[in-house]
Amino acid sequence: MAKMDAIQMQLLQEVAGLHEIPEGAYNLRANGQTAARQSTANIEITPKENGSGIDIRIKAGTTHESVHIPVVLSESGLKETVYNDFYVGDDADVLIVAGCGIDNCGKQDSEHDGIHRFFIGKNAKVRYVEKHYGSGSGDGKRILNPVTEVYMDEGSAMEMEMVQIKGVDSTHRTTVAELKADAKLTVRERLMTHGEQSAYSTYKVTLDGDGSSADVVSRSVARDHSEQKLDLCVLGNAACSGHTECDSIIMDSGRILAVPSLEANCVDAQLVHEAAIGKIAGEQLIKLMTLGLTEAEAEEQIINGFLK
Amino acid sequence: MLDLKNVSFRAESENGEIRIINDISLHLEPNKFIVITGPNGGGKSTLARLIAGISPISGGKIFFEGTDITEKSITERAKLGIGFAFQQPVRFKGLTVFDLLRIAAGKTISVSEACGYLSEVGLCAKDYIKREVNASLSGGELKRIEIATILARDVKLAIFDEPEAGIDLWSFKNLIRIFEKMQQSEGGRSILVISHQERILNIADEIIVLSEGSILRQGSREEILPDIIGTKYAADVCRKLSEEA
Ligand SMILES: Nc1ncnc2c1ncn2[C@@H]1O[C@H](COP(=O)(O)OP(=O)(O)OP(=O)(O)O)[C@@H](O)[C@H]1O
Ligand SMILES: [Mg+2]
Repeated sequence: MAKMDAIQMQLLQEVAGLHEIPEGAYNLRANGQTAARQSTANIEITPKENGSGIDIRIKAGTTHESVHIPVVLSESGLKETVYNDFYVGDDADVLIVAGCGIDNCGKQDSEHDGIHRFFIGKNAKVRYVEKHYGSGSGDGKRILNPVTEVYMDEGSAMEMEMVQIKGVDSTHRTTVAELKADAKLTVRERLMTHGEQSAYSTYKVTLDGDGSSADVVSRSVARDHSEQKLDLCVLGNAACSGHTECDSIIMDSGRILAVPSLEANCVDAQLVHEAAIGKIAGEQLIKLMTLGLTEAEAEEQIINGFLK
Repeated sequence: MLDLKNVSFRAESENGEIRIINDISLHLEPNKFIVITGPNGGGKSTLARLIAGISPISGGKIFFEGTDITEKSITERAKLGIGFAFQQPVRFKGLTVFDLLRIAAGKTISVSEACGYLSEVGLCAKDYIKREVNASLSGGELKRIEIATILARDVKLAIFDEPEAGIDLWSFKNLIRIFEKMQQSEGGRSILVISHQERILNIADEIIVLSEGSILRQGSREEILPDIIGTKYAADVCRKLSEEA
């Protein structure tokens, strides 16, 4: 942590809620280099041989442990692609906190493309939290293109919380999941874009095993001139159940394209999609104004609640 | 406290302009409990919305504690001390009951304070405080939360639009207790309730009967109530009064 400066610490706090060195295993990456790393008896973090990223191996049966792997970029013009692979042993029950914060005060674009792959063992449980954040007043863009691949073995469960609320100019996020029998995937995505930002989020969840299920919910707000495309696709190849929902608030001159798709290749697949795009209801603004808020304050409260 | 001077409200419809509120003038004394009653579509909710600033008046003036508030926004009127519980409360995806009470109080409040307001409206606080004010709440629950938001505010004039709708018998007594308590509290609070319920009319200092956008009768409970007693619903009284006229 000695190498981290004030801006980096601020970013770290935004994306990982960290004020100090976390407990358990961690790998902190700052400006393209490892700033600190720690393995534990049950969680081993090793750099890949070609230096392109890290492998995180969690022993079977590991419970009540966490892994933090935040990334911060505070140097303008830095572009990196990082591969992180997680091997979660059978019956483990862990929390994984990832996230990337970019501060760009310069003229050049800064970009972090994190490719995360999860191999989740039988009956293992993972809670995954990923926050993306940008700051800095430079002309250079803050770009994040995360790819998340999840391979879930029988009876495993994964809860993903993906949040990108502020400051990322351009993002193209891809999430792919494949589920075996009785595996359960829950995704909660929260997205807000403003200014001239654009966000493209695509999900492809394949339910291969009987009894597998997925619940993918995306809530987003597009303000100013920002653009979003939400592409949620669920495939059912077995006796499974899938639910996707995109719920968006559109403001100012924002643009949102929601492209839901469902594909069933088995008569026992039950797939549901819900999608809604609309502006903040006038009655909601009026109600909060009768409680003494200005229109702008009312809007803020409604959006904060919606994205909570 | 509140003065309406020749207030009218007209709206556009396919068949041209329609008059919804016709040249209404009224004066509300501080510390009084006033009930507005009348048939469905008579203009009661519209009048309340005009007072709260939600709909702009088409003619006339509104004074609150001597200040002309005709041109003031909803927010400004709220800040002056006008509170309004809607006939149909609004639902919010994501905002919790606690959020709404915190916003209503206009400051940070503790969970136990928020629970206090909920208990007053007969809701078991711990079951509700974290719930979202969304479609999962029943109509009656939502109505009670709406009333609690008024309790959380420090208002000088509280307007309740059909607060009894969807409220069961036990809570009915509770509701009347809430009104009495608000009225007894110091600071000259006034309560304006829109209601069809005889039990609420029974505790009014003053009753106003509004029909087709005009005041049909206005006076003390002693004057007006005898004409209403005997009709099944307060609304029936208007038919009776119109027939007599
Ligand atoms: N903006 C508007 N445009 C057209 N018509 C309106 C508008 N606002 C109100 N109205 C009409 O004015 C009339 C009065 O409505 P209001 O809601 O005030 O009645 P109310 O007395 O509250 O009735 P209830 O007892 O059913 O609640 C109704 O016929 C309603 O349809
Ligand atoms: Mg009404």
